Amino acid sequence: MTATIDPPAPPPKGQGYPQRPAQRETGRIEWGQIATVARTDLKQLIQAKDFWGPMVGLGAIFFCVVPTILLFSLTSIATVDAVEQISQTLEVLPDRAQESIQSSTGGDDATPQGQASYALAVFLFAPVAVVVPLTISTAVGAATIVGERERGTGEFLAHSPAGVREIYLGKLLASLIPGYVTTVVGFGIYSLIVNLIVGPEVGGWFFPTTQWWILMAWVVPPFLALTLSLVLRLSARVKSTAAAQQASGLVSLPLIMVAYSQSTGALFGGARVTWIIGGLAWLLAVLGLRRGMRAVSRARLLGVADEQ
Amino acid sequence: MPVVMTLPSVPSASAPDRAPAGHAPVVSLDRVERTFGDQTALAGLSFTVPARSITVLLGPNGAGKTTCTRVVTGALGPDGGTVRVFGLDPATDGPEVRRRIGIVSAKPALYDRLSGLDNLRYAAELYGLGRRDVAARRIGEAAERFGIAGALDQQVGGYSTGMKTRLALARSVLHEPELVLYDEPTSGLDPESSYAVLELIREMTGQGNTVIMCTHLLLEAEGLADQVVMLQDGQSLVQGPPDELVRRYWPDRTVLIDAEDRAALAALAGEPGVHDVRHRDDGPATVVVDDLARIPDLVHALARAGARVTRVEAERHSLEDLYFAVRRDSGENRIGEVVQ
Repeated sequence: MTATIDPPAPPPKGQGYPQRPAQRETGRIEWGQIATVARTDLKQLIQAKDFWGPMVGLGAIFFCVVPTILLFSLTSIATVDAVEQISQTLEVLPDRAQESIQSSTGGDDATPQGQASYALAVFLFAPVAVVVPLTISTAVGAATIVGERERGTGEFLAHSPAGVREIYLGKLLASLIPGYVTTVVGFGIYSLIVNLIVGPEVGGWFFPTTQWWILMAWVVPPFLALTLSLVLRLSARVKSTAAAQQASGLVSLPLIMVAYSQSTGALFGGARVTWIIGGLAWLLAVLGLRRGMRAVSRARLLGVADEQ
Repeated sequence: MPVVMTLPSVPSASAPDRAPAGHAPVVSLDRVERTFGDQTALAGLSFTVPARSITVLLGPNGAGKTTCTRVVTGALGPDGGTVRVFGLDPATDGPEVRRRIGIVSAKPALYDRLSGLDNLRYAAELYGLGRRDVAARRIGEAAERFGIAGALDQQVGGYSTGMKTRLALARSVLHEPELVLYDEPTSGLDPESSYAVLELIREMTGQGNTVIMCTHLLLEAEGLADQVVMLQDGQSLVQGPPDELVRRYWPDRTVLIDAEDRAALAALAGEPGVHDVRHRDDGPATVVVDDLARIPDLVHALARAGARVTRVEAERHSLEDLYFAVRRDSGENRIGEVVQ
């Protein structure tokens, strides 16, 4: 029969039990499990039409509606004075950008409409490529871990053989993909709109430029990963989805502004600057991911976290 | 402070009937402690689970049953004590341990937006069955076995509570686990569904699984358990096979016997195996015997003495009786300690 056992000593008066360090899981990362978690989360997202409907709408507004209206208005303005005023504002752009506009639009032969619409398409819409994926991915990522806990499915994951790092990375991918795919598709449509509307003014299709390719493939993904690494950490720590949405909004807003300014600067500064900005963003993203992986624990999936 | 009950031991096999002799326990907890903030969930819990047996963790809400299952899978690490599952430490060999365990939580923990099939596929992939033939075959078999094959294409959000439990049960055995943990698996089910679920659990031990089930429903445990562990405040009050525990708690067997001529009942005191006869003028006598197998002899003795027997009723103590008796005693002890 059971022996009598002394219970653990209570904490000192007025103090709670100390927080325990989270159990670290080490060993080889299993990419198959990451893919499984990501695929299942994406399947659920596809089923949530009430979520992705507005998100597609957001992408459409930024990549299609606004550029079409602005570029079409600019190229169709009949008043020469108005267009020249817009062209004069281009003089505030950096020299490198002005040279690019001159050379790409036919130099002195370029029309003011051509120069203004080229500048708008190439330089001023750049931040859109960052704002859209960050907004969508943040919205998905904020609910991803706390949502598992709220629905009770965190219990299933916590007891499964999947490692917490695999769960974290799978959820990060599942949050990153919707934002990035929306951006890539939106970018394709945006390129078509730009070439169709501005192309005839500057002597043919010209978009995407080299900097835009680098921006999309090299700068946007790390900014997205960096933001998500923070958002998922928050999602693992807060108690409700509503709190996660609020907190991630606070975190992602400054990051969106940084990404906005950096991407604009990348386009103005030439390919080399874009590569450097992207490289720094990747470095920060890797650091963010490494720290983020530690934020998820089985206790947090169960909703009983008292870990540091 | 919780008090651990000490019941007298009786000469009996300590392992359940289904457990093969000489096998190492599948689960072994030794003085396990776990706190959440200033709340103590497990306060030195110790018990072992023999292979191919059903162990039922009994206790009120907050007794530590769920924490216990979480410590067994390694989802939570203990603050103190030793946990061994299949001889491994779940804190360090978590993936290996969890791969060999199936679990159904108190909430079914299913993805409502996915179909039943997608829920099972997700589990199959995470438990290493892949996405092809093996997974498809196991999913088909489990769905048939738990009667949900016809509903696999439906979204789980539209399932009834019973169907969700069946799906969760099917998911728990997809990977053919050696140990299955059920945390109140019949919670929220109607009596028919509960019965079906318990039958399925019983079936599983017949097929070689070891089962740990948490419940506070004593009737469920009574018919199912090879071993019960009664928990309170994170400690085991008593543990063992239900019949054996009843025998330990009530070592004497009692029989209520009545006759038209109650004075004749006094003759029973001299019969072999009778320890005591307690007379009451207004009711049957309570006869304490060493074995209920003595009853025919007692009736025969009364007949020989010319008494007309009107009532013979063996007193049987259920697990429910035991549970409340143990908890009552434990409570009394606690009050005593507080007073001291």
